[in-house]
Amino acid sequence: MYTYILQIPKLFQWLIGVSLFLSIWLAVLLEYVKLDIVDRNKFTILLLPLYLIIAFGCYSVAVIGYRVATFNNCDEAADELKQQIKEARADLSTKGLKFKDS
Amino acid sequence: MAAKHKYSVLLPTYNERENLPIIVWLLVKYFSEGNIDYEIIIIDDGSPDGTLEVAKQLQKIYGEKRIVLRPREKKLGLGTAYIHGVKHATGDFVLIMDADMSHHPKFIPQFIEKQLEGDYDVVTGTRYAGDGGVHGWDFKRKLISRGANYIVQVLLRPGVSDSTGSFRLYRKEVLEKLVNSCRSKGYVFQIELIIQARHMGYSVGELPISFVDRVYGESKLGGHEIIEWMKGILYLFATT
Ligand SMILES: Nc1nc2c(ncn2[C@@H]2O[C@H](COP(=O)(O)OP(=O)(O)O)[C@@H](O)[C@H]2O)c(=O)[nH]1
Ligand SMILES: [Mg+2]
Repeated sequence: MYTYILQIPKLFQWLIGVSLFLSIWLAVLLEYVKLDIVDRNKFTILLLPLYLIIAFGCYSVAVIGYRVATFNNCDEAADELKQQIKEARADLSTKGLKFKDS
Repeated sequence: MAAKHKYSVLLPTYNERENLPIIVWLLVKYFSEGNIDYEIIIIDDGSPDGTLEVAKQLQKIYGEKRIVLRPREKKLGLGTAYIHGVKHATGDFVLIMDADMSHHPKFIPQFIEKQLEGDYDVVTGTRYAGDGGVHGWDFKRKLISRGANYIVQVLLRPGVSDSTGSFRLYRKEVLEKLVNSCRSKGYVFQIELIIQARHMGYSVGELPISFVDRVYGESKLGGHEIIEWMKGILYLFATT
């Protein structure tokens, strides 16, 4: 089952999800289903898609910001590489390889 | 380390005359130290800087058994370079990495260990998890990288933390199947490979790696690359 869902292109997974949400949302809004919490929060429910988009946007900015801030800097790896480049060049020169800029 | 496997390294090169000798030297070093059977397949696309000449010198130094040259006439792109290279690979595992030293051969023994540990079909390097990381990236480059990665995570759910990473170990027959079923180019090619791998039910392991930006030569990340990337992502979004 899971692998079967995996085979449906992401675009259609999104379309299914979004249209499912919108139809429930519209059904509630147009009062096809009667719920008393709906009557009291009509305005909030009307703006629900907008709220969700804003919330998702904020979440995304926060996640990306956090990941940029915590991106590891591998300074030791760069130092090690620099050292090894020297070693390699020296060793390869003794083996007869000609470098352009040396 | 078990001596029964042979590892073929695919090194696509385009204008890597300065980098190629060093990367090959490092590969030989780590393979020899680990007592691992290997071959290095250099796929040069007619680099005008004479990369192929250097490759030939390296072949003289290390021998035709270790250094295999499979050049092509002109620049045909990375995706087809892998297809071309894997055809000539004699190992049962294939390592793919860039020749510009941003991928360090010291991780290869770790890739191999990881693969054996989980009996994975694919092990992919990640800059975004664990001890992984980058060197030489400014704020803007980090932001683009993290932003692009986030978009991919949300839209395509590839199931790995670094889907554009191109430092990977594949079981050879798995790579053969994957490269033939992928149509994308450039960075998107790497993403499609990993998505297809999961669709086909292959197991994928991740290994944190450090990525040191190229010392010699230039990397290209311009407006054109970004447009191509977006087109590629949307294509995968609609088809995978
Ligand atoms: N054979 C071949 N190699 C290529 C081609 N384009 C890039 N490469 C090589 O692929 C690797 C990655 O390229 P690079 O320019 O570093 O890409 P970046 O790191 O994503 O900016 C390097 O080893 C390049 O020499 C190509 O068209 N043909
Ligand atoms: Mg590079």
